[in-house]
Amino acid sequence: MSDLLRQVEPVIPALRRYARALVRNRAAADDLVQDCLERAISNWGQRREGDPRPWLFTILHNLAVNQFRRIASRGKHIAIDEANEDDFGQDAVQEQKLMYQDVLDLLARLPEDQRAVLLLVAVEDLSYADAAKVLDIPLGTVMSRLSRARERLQREIEGTADGAAKKVVQLRSMK
Amino acid sequence: MSHQPITEDDLHAYVDGVLEPERQAEVAAYLEGHPDAARRVAAFSDQRELLRKALAPIADEPLPPQLDLSGMIEKRQRRRSPVWWAVAAMLMLSIGGIGGWVMRGSLQASSGGLAALAQEAAYSYHVYAPDRVRPVEMRASDSAQLVQWVSNRLKQPVKLPDLTGSGYRLMGGRLIATSHGPAAMFMYDDDRGDRLVVLTRPMVSEQSAPMAPHSGGDVSGFAWADNGMGYSLVGQATADSLKPIANEVRRQARTI
Repeated sequence: MSDLLRQVEPVIPALRRYARALVRNRAAADDLVQDCLERAISNWGQRREGDPRPWLFTILHNLAVNQFRRIASRGKHIAIDEANEDDFGQDAVQEQKLMYQDVLDLLARLPEDQRAVLLLVAVEDLSYADAAKVLDIPLGTVMSRLSRARERLQREIEGTADGAAKKVVQLRSMK
Repeated sequence: MSHQPITEDDLHAYVDGVLEPERQAEVAAYLEGHPDAARRVAAFSDQRELLRKALAPIADEPLPPQLDLSGMIEKRQRRRSPVWWAVAAMLMLSIGGIGGWVMRGSLQASSGGLAALAQEAAYSYHVYAPDRVRPVEMRASDSAQLVQWVSNRLKQPVKLPDLTGSGYRLMGGRLIATSHGPAAMFMYDDDRGDRLVVLTRPMVSEQSAPMAPHSGGDVSGFAWADNGMGYSLVGQATADSLKPIANEVRRQARTI
């Protein structure tokens, strides 16, 4: 159990960050992380040796996806981009903070699967292979989703999100 | 420089800083000659930095109490404690078996069949007799099915002792796992709620053995074997009051 504590505790801040970026609500995100940790404690003996991060992110991601599905099936889906912005901090007075807020708002507009890839790779520093494991998709799909996520986010950032983006060249075919 | 073409994947890996140094240099060189790709890569890098900085404060927040991992582990262990107590109790009994388990009479020298059976009966008593919710798996009202079930599993006709003459009513029974295979456990209680357990299973060694008393902790009982079937009766009553009941169980079993 001390092994569990030593290996999992340092990952909790990153798990919270990922959960918050996915569900954009502090309480809901922390509930997900708590669920994730409970499962990690119960199943600690079944993990594979090595870095526990991909394993933990897999548990968390699946819990988040299940929650999205549950909410959707109850018909009370609150679109992520309409979620309360206050959850990312009210005192967004500084210009810098506004910019951060903006990028998070734009991130929230990405399709869920693209957002997950971008977060795991660009923010949580998972390798492409580990991201593929977490999301249970082929490596090639990770790469194409990453590409689409970045292109789309960039269009949003440049304010050309009208779909008629002038210079967007899809270098990859959609997988 | 190799002439492997630069792919879209290379550009992303470049942005994420996961390329081998050699390839990283190749991509950098490519970008110098391709301003469009360079612009995209620069934009993706800015985007990456922006995202990381925007989300970094979340990871810097102090953890809420609900995510205190050591507390969660502790709570989990406490929740599990009833089981641990049961395991600990079993262990104490086993240790008692080595150090303080008292087998009198002909059982004393015996390390094999009957002593093991007596111990299994005592374990079963300790685990199931205190159970107020589900001491038995099948109730007395289903006694015919109970007998059928355990007879099938033991591959032996099992006779259900009737102890009403001794003041004990059948509560029901269940199948017990022992290191010698399945055993049938029957439980009885009297008007005061005192419980008795009768355990029976086929014997591997000591196919026939005379009745001998055994005791351990706060329970005592009698064990014997007849025609390949072993029996043990265990309760918290005194050995003197258990003996006639054991005799009655043996008498009934012999009339199969």
